[in-house]
Amino acid sequence: MTDPSTAASGAAVSASEFVTGAEHVQTKPGKPRSLASDAWYDLRRRPRFIISAALILLVLLMAAWPSLFTSVDPNYADLDRSRLGPSAQAWFGYDNQGADIFARTIYGARASIVVGISATVFTVLLGGTLGLLAGYHGGWVDAVMSRVADIFFGLPFVLGAIVILSSFRATGGSSATEITLLVILSISVLSWPACMRITRAAAITAKQQDYVKAARALGASTSRIILRHLLPNILAPVLVYATIALGGFIGAEATLSFLGIGLHAPVVSWGVMIADSRDFLRIAPHTLLFPAAFLTATVLAFVMLGDAVREALDPKTR
Amino acid sequence: MSDPILEVRDLVKHFPVRMGVVFKRTVGHVRAVDGVSFDLARAETLGVVGESGCGKSTLAQVLMRLEPATAGAVRFEGQEVLDLKGAALRKLRRDIQIVLQDPYTSLNPRMTVGDIVGEPFEIHAEVAPKGDRRKRVQDLLDVVGLNPEHINRYPHQFSGGQRQRIGIARALALRPKVIICDEPVSALDVSIQAQVMNLLGELQQEFGLSYVFIAHDLSVVRHLSDRVAVMYLGKIVEIGTEAELYEHPTHPYTQALLSAVPVPDPDLRGQRQIIRLEGDVPSPVDPPSGCRFRTRCWKAQEVCATEEPELITRVGGHPSACHFAEERSVVP
Repeated sequence: MTDPSTAASGAAVSASEFVTGAEHVQTKPGKPRSLASDAWYDLRRRPRFIISAALILLVLLMAAWPSLFTSVDPNYADLDRSRLGPSAQAWFGYDNQGADIFARTIYGARASIVVGISATVFTVLLGGTLGLLAGYHGGWVDAVMSRVADIFFGLPFVLGAIVILSSFRATGGSSATEITLLVILSISVLSWPACMRITRAAAITAKQQDYVKAARALGASTSRIILRHLLPNILAPVLVYATIALGGFIGAEATLSFLGIGLHAPVVSWGVMIADSRDFLRIAPHTLLFPAAFLTATVLAFVMLGDAVREALDPKTR
Repeated sequence: MSDPILEVRDLVKHFPVRMGVVFKRTVGHVRAVDGVSFDLARAETLGVVGESGCGKSTLAQVLMRLEPATAGAVRFEGQEVLDLKGAALRKLRRDIQIVLQDPYTSLNPRMTVGDIVGEPFEIHAEVAPKGDRRKRVQDLLDVVGLNPEHINRYPHQFSGGQRQRIGIARALALRPKVIICDEPVSALDVSIQAQVMNLLGELQQEFGLSYVFIAHDLSVVRHLSDRVAVMYLGKIVEIGTEAELYEHPTHPYTQALLSAVPVPDPDLRGQRQIIRLEGDVPSPVDPPSGCRFRTRCWKAQEVCATEEPELITRVGGHPSACHFAEERSVVP
C-alpha cells in the first residue's frame, strides 16, 4: 500500500488507462474542446450518421426540388394504364388513376417531410419548453401545466384532429398551404403532452443532482442552470422521442388524409398515396410498396440520425 | 479568538411538513437546524460531527444560501449574509464555496473537466480575463494534484478520488476564504480519504483557507480540525478544541460517540468501556422537551425534561449543553 501522505502530494494521479478516440487524434494539442465539438468530431466518424444524413439529404432535395428527379407531371393520369406494373417508362408503375407512381413518390416527399418535420419541431419545442419549466420550477407551475397536459392527453388523437380540422377549415379558405399548416398544428397541439411529460421527468431527475447545487452555489443564474446543466442532460430521451414521433406524424398525416380531412388532391403526399392504394393491395401491391418504402426509409434515417446524435452527446458511450 | 471570519448566531432552519393534494396545509415542522451558534476563525478548521439526520448538511446548505434560513444570523467578515441579494450575493459566492459529498453526482457528466472547473470564471467573468481562463484552470488542476493535460476529459474518465479533486478545484477557482466541506470524503475509500484530506490540509496552508468540515466520522474530523462541534437533533451539544473534545469530553452524547470509535490496537480491546445508547434518534418534527438527548441519556433526571441545558462552560475548559456535564475519558 502506498503511503497516503506521499501519494497525495505527488502531483498527477494517472488516468491514462481511459483514452477517448478523440484524444488520440487531437487536432491542435492544447486546444480547448467542448461537448459540442467532441460530439461533432465523433459523429463525422460514425457510418450510421453518414448513411442516415445522406438519406435525409436526398429526401430533403426531393422535397425542395422534385423536378431534379423527374420531369413527369405527378397529377397527369391516363386510365388506359391504370395499375400497370413497373416498366422502363414508369419505374414504379402506375396507380389506379393511371398516374406515374415514381413522379408521385418524388413529389409526395414535400408534403410528408414538411408535415413530419414541422409537427415534430413544434411538438418538441412546445412540450419541451413547458416540461422543462414545469420540472424545474415544480410547485403550482408544475401542477397547472401538468393538469392542462392531462386534458390534452385525454383527447383521442383522431377525434381531436377531426374537431380541429373540420371547425377551422370551414372558416378559412382551403388552399394546400393552409391545410398543411392546419394538419401540422392539430398534430402538435394533440401530441405535446407526451413530450412534456418526458422532459418534465428528465428535468426533475437532473435538477436534483449535486452538480446543479454546485452551480447554484457558484452563483449561476436560472437560465444558465437550465441551458448548461439541465438541457444537455435531458436531450437524450427527447431525441429518442422526437425521432420516433417523426415517423408517427407522417403516418398521422396519412390517417387524416384517408379520413378526408387532411391533405387531398391535387396535393400529393406519401400518406395520400398509401391511403389510395389500400383497395388494390392484392391486385396491384406496387401502388403501396413504393410510397411505403420511401416512408419507411425516411423514418429509419431519422431514427438512426437521432440515435447517432444521442450517442455522440453522451461522453460515456464514445 | 479575535476577529472571526464567519459568525453564526442562533441559526434556525425549519422545513414545513405539508399534507393535502391541492390545498396544502402545514401540519408541522422538521426542525433540521434549531438554534446553532459558532464562530469560525481565519485559517481555522471547524469540524461538525453528528449522526445521520442531525442537521449537518442542512447547516451547510443554509450557510451557502442554497436554502433560506428560518431565523438567525450569519455574518461573514462582519457583513450580514442572510439578507444579501443579487450582485452582493454573487460577490459573497466568491468568498464562500462548497465541496459536496458525492463526487459521482456533483460533476455534470456532459461537461469536460475544463468546462467544470472553468465555470466559476464564466459566472464571475470579472475574476479572470477570457484568454487567461484556460491557464488558470490548468493551474487549478495542478494544485489539486491532477494532470493539467486532462482538461478535455469527462468526469466518467476519472476515479472517485480524482473526481473529488475536480470538485475541490472548482471550489478553489474563485479563491474563496471559507470552504464548506459537506462530507467530502464520506463517499471515498479509506486510502483515498487520507489523500483528499491531506490535500485539503495542504490547500489550507497554501491559501489560508477556513473550513467548516462536516463529517460523520470522528477520526476523519480529528485529523483535520482545530475545533470540533458535536450536533444532535439540530443543536450543537458540545464544542471545543480537538484536544478538549477528544481527551476530555463532558457531554454524554459525545462520550457515547467517542466510545464507539474503533481502536486499532488489539491490546486495548476489551479494556475500554463502550457506551451503548438505547433507542433511536427522536423525530425532529417533535423533539423531546428540555434536553433533546434525555430520551437516550443514562444521566437523565427530571430537570432535563423541563429545562433546556444551555451551551455554556460548566466543567473543563469548553462549552457543553448538559446539566450534568462531567469529564470522562473514553478514548484510551
